[in-house]
Amino acid sequence: MDNGERKRQLWALGILGFFGILSIGAYAVNEYFIYIAVYIWFGFIYGMCLQYGRFCFSSAFRDLFAVGVPRMFVGIMIATVLFGAVGAVVSVSGMSTFHAAPTSMHAIVAGIVFGVGMVFAGGCASGSLYKTGEGNGSALLVVLSLSTTIALFAPAGGFLNKLVPQSWNESAVAKGLPESINAGDGWLDQYLAGFIWDQPIITYAGMFGMSDQSVAGAFFGNLLVGVVIPSAILLAVVYIFWSRRSYIKKREKAGITGMTFKDEAGGYWTMIMASRRTAIAGLILGIAAGLQMLVTQGLRIKFGVKNVGTIFERLGYDSGLSVNGTVFDPGYWYVTTQEGQWMGWVFNKLGAENMDNIYFGFANGIPNPLINAPGWMSIALIGGAAVMALLHNEFKFKKPTLELATWAIVGGILMGIGSRLGLGCNVGAFFVRVSQGDASGWLFGVGMTAGAYIGVKFFNWWTARKMEKEFAGMEL
Amino acid sequence: MKFEKKSEGVYTLDVKGYVCPHPQIYTKKALAKVQPGEVVEVVFDNPSSGESIATMCDNTGDEIVEKKEEGGQFVWDIKKA
Repeated sequence: MDNGERKRQLWALGILGFFGILSIGAYAVNEYFIYIAVYIWFGFIYGMCLQYGRFCFSSAFRDLFAVGVPRMFVGIMIATVLFGAVGAVVSVSGMSTFHAAPTSMHAIVAGIVFGVGMVFAGGCASGSLYKTGEGNGSALLVVLSLSTTIALFAPAGGFLNKLVPQSWNESAVAKGLPESINAGDGWLDQYLAGFIWDQPIITYAGMFGMSDQSVAGAFFGNLLVGVVIPSAILLAVVYIFWSRRSYIKKREKAGITGMTFKDEAGGYWTMIMASRRTAIAGLILGIAAGLQMLVTQGLRIKFGVKNVGTIFERLGYDSGLSVNGTVFDPGYWYVTTQEGQWMGWVFNKLGAENMDNIYFGFANGIPNPLINAPGWMSIALIGGAAVMALLHNEFKFKKPTLELATWAIVGGILMGIGSRLGLGCNVGAFFVRVSQGDASGWLFGVGMTAGAYIGVKFFNWWTARKMEKEFAGMEL
Repeated sequence: MKFEKKSEGVYTLDVKGYVCPHPQIYTKKALAKVQPGEVVEVVFDNPSSGESIATMCDNTGDEIVEKKEEGGQFVWDIKKA
């Protein structure tokens, strides 16, 4: 073992030790803090898997259009189906922490904005976190840009109020929210209370008149109809348009001609197993995401709470709680809101009055980052990715160039806005919702695909310009 | 980003510092420009791009003849089919 390798291993051990000591220390202070430790360790697992599998939702859509590579799309479909299967078991057991979101065309619009943003940023929200763990400065800039955008966008009113339709304003005011929440002021408030909350909540189980918790509803409606069949069809489409030709070419090279149905099935399977790392990461991510719901709900039952805000109240930490006594506590893998809370907390401490809106003041609160449970999930995700990168000698500090810093900031802004319009990012609004049979999930996915296509078109033009300059004067 | 002729039939594409999707897009464009049998030496430090470039080459038939990796930097020699 050389000196460099020993140093990297020591760093990896140090990071692991930090989260270990933090978890044990927190538990020693009060057993309630085991709740935060659960978020930490699932975040750590996500980070390790994402880095190991180079797992980035952004590339699932982007690389198909940019370079004709389906590996990440395949990985995400594997993770989605497995998360759906574990989620169905968890739903039937009555332990699911998932709540379906309102469904309407807003999910497509949000997906487009987010999709363009993630291509510009060079990674989705989770992708930017794990790449931060690899030492990537651009990815850190994306996280900062996204966090700042959410913190500024959530309470923003002023001229943005003029862009709000009168019907949204009237509907928002009529909701009769607590006095401390000014639902008639602020674009996002009026969008949420005046439009989104009026949209129907649709699950595939519900479409068949079944409950999400029934065996038939969870396994037939939400899993088979909502996840397995669409995923299999989408993979078949990707196989036909992006993978089949190269499979046939390889067979011809080996002297085999003609394609039977069995051969087609073989080609389909070859595409799925093409990237072992991605497939393994998808498998573990899918199962871990389902287990997180189970473990979190188990702790909620043990402590007799529905939200970690109640625990904070019991411990006397009532600063930063929403008017309902809650804080953001999804109970599953979710990114963006906790990042928005970090910057929201900073602005709040600097004197901003940002608790009179629905996003922070009514729903998510702005807890101190030290006790922000999903926030720790994101930090641990960075840590898990760093450990994996160090162990594989892939950690490297990379300062962003001006060009990449520009794309990172623009991408972060678009992802911040898109995630708020869609009530989540590629994980919360797509991966989790699709897996749990929420109809709005696929709509967000359609939007993300369109957004990724637009982003790739732009970068194709941009890189072609730069390459032409390099090619100039060369005899090629 | 730099694209240079290293020797006869061998080119270097330096995309160090770039994140996705730049390395894979530049690699695709560089391979499209050179002649069959010529080699493009791609230098990059974004690990996830490697996975995409490998799959892209597998699909197109371009051959990765050598892979070197040191301290988070990758140097791949790709021969155009």
